[in-house]
Amino acid sequence: MRSILFIVIASLGLVASSAFAQGDATTQKGNEDYQYWCATCHGSGPGHPGTTALAAKYKGALPGLLEERSDLTPAAIRFAVRRGISIMPFFRKTEVSDADLDAITQYLARQRSPGR
Amino acid sequence: MAIPPGVSDRDWATALQQFEQAVGEPWVFTSDDDVALYRDAYSPFWGEPEERLVSAAVAPDTAEQVAAVVRTANRFRIPIFPISTGKNLGYGGSAPNLSGSVVIDLKRMNRVIEVDDKRHFAIVEPGVAYFDLYRHIQTRGLNVWIDCPDPGWGSPVGNALDHGVGYTFGAYRDHFHSHCGLEVVLPSGDIVRTGMGALPGSKTWAEYRYGFGPTVDGLFAQGNLGIVTKMGFHLLPAPEAYQTSVVTVPRRRDIVPLIDLVNELEHAALIGMPEYGSPLGGFGPPPPELAELLKKPGGPIDEDYDRYAQQRNRGSWSCRLQFYGSPRVITAHLEHAKDRFRAVVPGAAFEDGELLHFPLTQEQSDLVHKVAVGIPNMSIFSIGARTALNPSPSDGHLWFSPIIPKTGEAVLEAQRVFMEAFAKLGAPSMVSPFSMPATWMHRAFIFIMAFPISRTNVAQNRRNREVFRELVKVAAEHGWGEYRTAPAFQDDVMAAYSYNNQALFSGYTRPSRTQSIQMVSSLLVDPESGQGI
Repeated sequence: MRSILFIVIASLGLVASSAFAQGDATTQKGNEDYQYWCATCHGSGPGHPGTTALAAKYKGALPGLLEERSDLTPAAIRFAVRRGISIMPFFRKTEVSDADLDAITQYLARQRSPGR
Repeated sequence: MAIPPGVSDRDWATALQQFEQAVGEPWVFTSDDDVALYRDAYSPFWGEPEERLVSAAVAPDTAEQVAAVVRTANRFRIPIFPISTGKNLGYGGSAPNLSGSVVIDLKRMNRVIEVDDKRHFAIVEPGVAYFDLYRHIQTRGLNVWIDCPDPGWGSPVGNALDHGVGYTFGAYRDHFHSHCGLEVVLPSGDIVRTGMGALPGSKTWAEYRYGFGPTVDGLFAQGNLGIVTKMGFHLLPAPEAYQTSVVTVPRRRDIVPLIDLVNELEHAALIGMPEYGSPLGGFGPPPPELAELLKKPGGPIDEDYDRYAQQRNRGSWSCRLQFYGSPRVITAHLEHAKDRFRAVVPGAAFEDGELLHFPLTQEQSDLVHKVAVGIPNMSIFSIGARTALNPSPSDGHLWFSPIIPKTGEAVLEAQRVFMEAFAKLGAPSMVSPFSMPATWMHRAFIFIMAFPISRTNVAQNRRNREVFRELVKVAAEHGWGEYRTAPAFQDDVMAAYSYNNQALFSGYTRPSRTQSIQMVSSLLVDPESGQGI
């Protein structure tokens, strides 16, 4: 009985760590997609008009750098990517697929996870 | 979902099935949400009935798939419109010339076929972005530079096919001029290669552009005669070092020898792209003191402007010269430039920049004008965007790009003519007496202006369209034509190229945008015989 319980617990742990690993993999892909598609305008340092625009918009109330934001909702991210804002145009699905967009959303949302 | 003009529901359904068979169901986009992503984000017709909209989009992965899609389009007389990376913002974006067209989205064709850093060339597909080609080169440590336009997400293929331009040496920054060999899907669905590429097993596709016989490559740039699926480019050997020096000249009339001397240096390949400016201002509304000066009856004379400059202890004009090569070569070319100016323009002053050795440090890279050293980036999108000084950003921009001669006299004339035109139209002037042209073209200037675009202010867009169209006419009256324009204005611009009653293009085909092009296959090929009509 003890061994069966051990196997069950171990299996649950495997499933949990597998899901965790999958989440990490998606976040990692989101990071890569973000760096490729978003960071060229929304990165740090000079010459990033997206970061400059958001810093001017929020005047210190929120970070200009998207990766430092903890308030971004998936819906807001999807809206920005598929509808565009100001100078930023929308992105086609041959550029940012729905799966890419989900990964980017997960990557930007990682800031909201406690302890991460 | 809209249906292309003149196509029956039944034919449309059959065509969509054939598109799916050609490229795979996930790569045919027909839902309203998906198709809306092909709107021109900077459309001057945004939300108005004239806005150019798409019926569907098809995204092939190979030239053979492109050919299959073209054959289907031809069979059902469906207008098609190819895009490369679809980022021709300010000149039409990813939207077609003809509403109801099917966009052939080539973004998935993103292979770098070859880069050679001994013979200095690349062959790429249309979906490759400047960012991609740059990374390909950097990750492999290849000893070549690319010449990129301002936005790094553009396509070398699409940019060259719309006669796009960059920032280094003349031979490279005219991107169509630096191309070498095309692979093209014709309206019939046949795939052809030009230049040496036409020779099976050719060893010099991207090095010798003519092959044998008539050269036809130009037909596929700003034209509607085919879809380019591969393209070769000459690349610049990576230089050892880079230095800038800004020359400033004191008097207004010094603009004439300034430009003559810079032409001499540039056309002898002693400098890269020169960048002109004025310490007194540039494009945009004049400050109050200048506005007062401009009210002088008959307009200010040269001495008035010279006094204006002296009062501010500034020169009248400046030019940033860019030097590339080994430090010894740079020093020699810079000293030669200084000798020439000192001999010709009294009071010319130089301010040398730091001599930079490649690879740059991160700090140097942050400070340098990246495109001048072949690094693609996106900083150009600060134009019109929200900043601390611009709290009311626009939603895009529209480029008005007349070509004028490379002389000081032509610049002064363009300033005067366009300022008078804005005044006559009752529109705020985008030009001042200190506006200088862009220098991306090797042998001509672009007196470029940016009109703001709004997605909410239809009246502003309409007004800007009216002003734009009038400026096209004014330019043509003075012998200046635009090199590139959004679909909304292509008929206006083309009408200016009217020598001998429009003999160049009348009755056959009309230039339009690139891969980017409007390719109304039904107008070009008889579906029965497959022959051009």
